[in-house]
Amino acid sequence: MVMADFNFELVSPERLLLSEKVTEVVIPATEGEMTVMANHAPTMTTVKPGVVTVKTADGKTERFAVFGGFADILPTGCTLLAESAVHVDELDRTILENRIEAVRAELEGAGDEKKTRLEQFVAELTKLGEIVIPA
Amino acid sequence: MPSLKDLKNRIASVKATQKITKAMKMVAAAKLRRAQEAAEAARPYSQRMAAVLTNIAQAVGADDTAPALMTGTGKDDTHLLVVCTAERGLCGGFNSQIARHARDHVRKLLAAGKTVKIICVGKKGFDILRREYASLIIDRVDLREVKKIGFENADQIGHKVIGLFEKGEFDICTLFYSEFKSVISQVPTAQQLIPASAAPVAADASDASAVYEYEPDAGAILTDLIPRNISVQIFRALLENVAGEMGAKMSAMDNATRNAGEMINKLTLNYNRQRQAQITKELIEIISGAEAL
Repeated sequence: MVMADFNFELVSPERLLLSEKVTEVVIPATEGEMTVMANHAPTMTTVKPGVVTVKTADGKTERFAVFGGFADILPTGCTLLAESAVHVDELDRTILENRIEAVRAELEGAGDEKKTRLEQFVAELTKLGEIVIPA
Repeated sequence: MPSLKDLKNRIASVKATQKITKAMKMVAAAKLRRAQEAAEAARPYSQRMAAVLTNIAQAVGADDTAPALMTGTGKDDTHLLVVCTAERGLCGGFNSQIARHARDHVRKLLAAGKTVKIICVGKKGFDILRREYASLIIDRVDLREVKKIGFENADQIGHKVIGLFEKGEFDICTLFYSEFKSVISQVPTAQQLIPASAAPVAADASDASAVYEYEPDAGAILTDLIPRNISVQIFRALLENVAGEMGAKMSAMDNATRNAGEMINKLTLNYNRQRQAQITKELIEIISGAEAL
């Protein structure tokens, strides 16, 4: 059976990273990973730092690292607005470490509620690093 | 009457200036192309963002759960102006246009008895506004070291603005920048950032009103989204500004090059005339000297 495809767009504020017909996208949503396929119910969700796996209509698989954002899912298409996103191949450890450093710096003197959030963010980033770049 | 040597020096110096302005024009043209590409690449994001925002705003509706960034504080006593200008001059009236637009606004607000605070992004606007409103400027952001404006730069400014808002430092925030219409036309624009005006997209509400499921829930997404939207708006403004600056610089330098060319022509004509006059004078002297013998 041929899988139904739909339009998937991955945009970061700087550019449009991907706009293609895909059959399946795995999104690291805040409340757990979700796999989006064609004719998904309309959903809006926030995204945590993690890896987006895209299976394109011609059978290739691409992986992108995203650093938070949100996804707008419709039966006919899906748009992921990422705070910042890079192709996994272009990601390296130093970028990630710089980011973690930056968030840590922000941690100093942040309020309690914000602190929990930022700490969670650091944990997510660290985990992302482990997935993408095996030490 | 300048001597021949003076004229020659003058011509040489104008020629040197012309070479510089010509080079600057070409640099501006190359940078303009890049800036335009950057502005275009950023467009999909802000468009989608606006669409999503309208969608959620409708879902949340006007009930009290909407975050303060969207509804405002309910007052309009203190205004914050974020004035974005270029870091460098030599681009015609670009910077002064934005500054003038901001200044008119400040004047109006002050006349109405409001408190005004200003954040300057970019050195030139700061230099201009400092003359009149030095006491109102609470902060300035320097992007001089930044080669290519990234989202992080805009995000920093956004965080700063939101931080001030949360501390209750102002009620209404307006962003001043120059909208890039074309290479020769940049329009200074004022845009209200806080409270976010969610008015313009009411028309296509019919197709946008698909029943969404929200994860976690609409309110939480909205709280997450609005600060980001502010950063995106600032980012867009900065990109438009860079494109506008380069466009303005290009046409200013084009004019300068042309003026230098005209000046060189005039000076050369003058130089030749004087040279000819001197030759004639010398001839007359020789001839009359010969006749006297």
